[in-house]
Amino acid sequence: MGMLVNFRDWIDARFPLTKMWEEHLSKYYAPKNFNFWYFFGSLALLVLVLQIITGIFLTMNYKPDAEMAFASVEYIMRDVEWGWLIRYMHSTGATAFFLVVYLHMFRALLYGSYKRPRELLWIFGMMIYLALMAEAFFGYLLPWGQMSYWGAQVIISLFGAIPVIGDDLSLWIRGDFVISDVTLNRFFALHVIAVPFVLAILVVLHILALHEVGSNNPDGVEIKKNKDENGIPKDGIPFHPYYTVKDIVGVVVFLMFFSFVMFFVPEGGGYLLEAPNFEPADPLKTPEHIAPVWYFTPYYAMLRAVTIDIGPLSAKFLGVIVMGAAVVILFFLPWLDRSPVKSIRYRGPICKIMLGLFVVSFVVLGWLGTQAPTDTKTMMAQVGTIVYFAFFLLMPIYTKIDSTKPVPDRVTG
Amino acid sequence: MKKYLLSALLLVAPALVAASGGGVHLDKANIDPTNKESLQRGARTFVNYCMGCHSAKYQRYNRLGRDLGISDDDIIQNLMFTGEKTGDLMDIAMTKEMGKKWFGAAPPDLTLVARVRGNDWLYTYLRTFYQDDSRPFGVNNQVFSNVGMPNVLWELQGTQKAVYETVIDDEGHEHQVLEGVEIEEAGSQTPAEFDRTVRDLVNFLAYMGEPIKLERQSLGIKVMLFLFVFFIVAYLLKKEYWKDIH
Amino acid sequence: MSGDAVDTSKRRFLIAATTVVGTVGAVYTAVPFIASWMPSERAKAAGAPVEADISKLEEGQLIRVQWRGKPVWILKRNQEMLTALPGLDDQLRDPASVDPQQPEYTQNGTRSIKPEVLVAVGICTHLGCSPSFVPEALPQPYDPNWKGGFFCPCHGSKFDLAGRVYKGVPAPLNLEVPPHAYISETLVLIGDDGGAA
Repeated sequence: MGMLVNFRDWIDARFPLTKMWEEHLSKYYAPKNFNFWYFFGSLALLVLVLQIITGIFLTMNYKPDAEMAFASVEYIMRDVEWGWLIRYMHSTGATAFFLVVYLHMFRALLYGSYKRPRELLWIFGMMIYLALMAEAFFGYLLPWGQMSYWGAQVIISLFGAIPVIGDDLSLWIRGDFVISDVTLNRFFALHVIAVPFVLAILVVLHILALHEVGSNNPDGVEIKKNKDENGIPKDGIPFHPYYTVKDIVGVVVFLMFFSFVMFFVPEGGGYLLEAPNFEPADPLKTPEHIAPVWYFTPYYAMLRAVTIDIGPLSAKFLGVIVMGAAVVILFFLPWLDRSPVKSIRYRGPICKIMLGLFVVSFVVLGWLGTQAPTDTKTMMAQVGTIVYFAFFLLMPIYTKIDSTKPVPDRVTG
Repeated sequence: MKKYLLSALLLVAPALVAASGGGVHLDKANIDPTNKESLQRGARTFVNYCMGCHSAKYQRYNRLGRDLGISDDDIIQNLMFTGEKTGDLMDIAMTKEMGKKWFGAAPPDLTLVARVRGNDWLYTYLRTFYQDDSRPFGVNNQVFSNVGMPNVLWELQGTQKAVYETVIDDEGHEHQVLEGVEIEEAGSQTPAEFDRTVRDLVNFLAYMGEPIKLERQSLGIKVMLFLFVFFIVAYLLKKEYWKDIH
Repeated sequence: MSGDAVDTSKRRFLIAATTVVGTVGAVYTAVPFIASWMPSERAKAAGAPVEADISKLEEGQLIRVQWRGKPVWILKRNQEMLTALPGLDDQLRDPASVDPQQPEYTQNGTRSIKPEVLVAVGICTHLGCSPSFVPEALPQPYDPNWKGGFFCPCHGSKFDLAGRVYKGVPAPLNLEVPPHAYISETLVLIGDDGGAA
């Protein structure tokens, strides 16, 4: 034991090990009233690590060549010892990542975690979300199945809708006149090295920004406003051991759900591993029904909801704008929200209804994005898109006029 | 707060149940992946009737032997006809180019067809060929209109003819709509025997699509049990520490 | 704070229990990743044993087959070659084949199952070049008393017709003899001896 202490002291004289341990774990004071919604940050970190490790091992056997990619995935599934497990972990992990991140973001909506002084924290988080979407998009081409190919074809052709520069832009992204081996190889480089690197850096920035201002909590009470004689927030508890121990439970429960899917329904009813993707990509044969993976479907529904041209701007281009705006508008949340109160617990009925409508619209749009378009469904998507945007665009108004309840000084649990 | 969310979602639920569209009714394949005899029969049918044109180039013979309980010698005697080694992949000599030239469309590789089409689709497809003189091979198919494949199992099933029903559309015109198929001339197997042959074949195709399936499910149970134990221990630890907090 | 004192021993026990279960889980999770580095089915298939037909092999003739990417020599030695072997013992580094370069059943004077037929991997045990086959018992620039064998042109290592390495050359070991077995009088399976080694 003494030897370990000496070793630690040797390190501390040369590297801020104990300082970092205390600053970010044993003396980082987090509000004591974290609830269910506060598990998803650490779970997101877990899934990131899982994707990186399984990704590294997949890269050991995957071949980023149009002639060999599909076969190399089946090689992993059948010939590489335990390759099937590593593959399913990675595919289930991709879905788990978005599920966890969406729930993590929802927590912020519930408790106003994006409000001052946490705007930059929210911005970093949004950048992580963008990077994650890019990572998933690049990664999905790699199996080189029918859905991989045609999904990428559709999305890249959206860039073609941009006036003036569209076609050149698509050509530049693809590196070829159609999606080909060239595109596959560059998407591989982006998916395996570039974006993971960016993601890792953003996650570090995200956590540093959080620790700088301290965590929010379900009551939206700033615990730093009430400190004891030692300067420690009265409603704060050290992250380690209390939240490390609690997060272990969260991890185990998460792994139960994760393992259930991975071992019993890895295809997820065709939503996690889509049936057409078990056929190799064929540039001459379009699948009956092209749909993005579930986590992109809300935006896909919005894209297809725009059916009118406005002057020289095509419906396709306007759809792209709307789809992009739907993501970008999230960046502005800290400034759209004018409520004097952070947490939904102390907000009035208007905010609660609007948030409920937002959730419903997102889920319904998500379902619509998986469906083949019909007149009725397009109309539903148009209504859903309007509700989605109303949540944000009307926010400066309804957050101001809504009633509020008095926020306590101390957390209530 | 949660009540609002829940009730909102429940209100929308009925709308979400809208059916995703029509298509031919599919018969249930009812395969039993643990039935090794069925899988062996299906393997034999596949090699004898399908591999003339279709490869299964992601599946190895020796894997099939191990999983289905067939010895290397039996594999060589009964399932391998062109001098491959048991470690080889179940590939065929016909290339895609040849296939396209001879048949118009290259017969696709079938290793993963069960994961693309589904078991029920395959089971119904293989049993609903019917005579149609307008087609190059003289047959059409109820679930796969204008398919480019002959009915390779006709000797077992016999030949079938289409049954049409007259449907009157909104404008008062009559249309002949394909309602079903029925046996015209019997083959060497009774309908019940043929159903079993096709069921065995679909069972084998389902196995080939994912040979690890049974093992993954069995491992899954062990993992869930382990996690349950882990949960108990971790939860007790959490509760003990959180006694400190009020 | 709670009025009760902290039950330290309970905490220590629960920490230990969680750590143990967690470690077991971590190890079980690590196993598939590490095992994924084992030879895949494709590698095993490519590395499968190879059959060689020696029915037409003449005395003094050497044929080559490939096994696991390596050249394997099958040499049918004549009586002259075989009688010369014991006489070379004191010029050799390991005349009794003590070093584990061959299966047990070939640890003999001829390093073979059938006395006449040598099966050996044709890779020099120095740095991996493939030695030349020099069967004639004629004087050579590297050995005026050459009784026939293999000469490696890269750094001058010499092996006799049983694949045994000479003293005073860079190569440290006799040529490797792969596991093999006779399926019939004229068919030898290289790479598999049914566990006889």
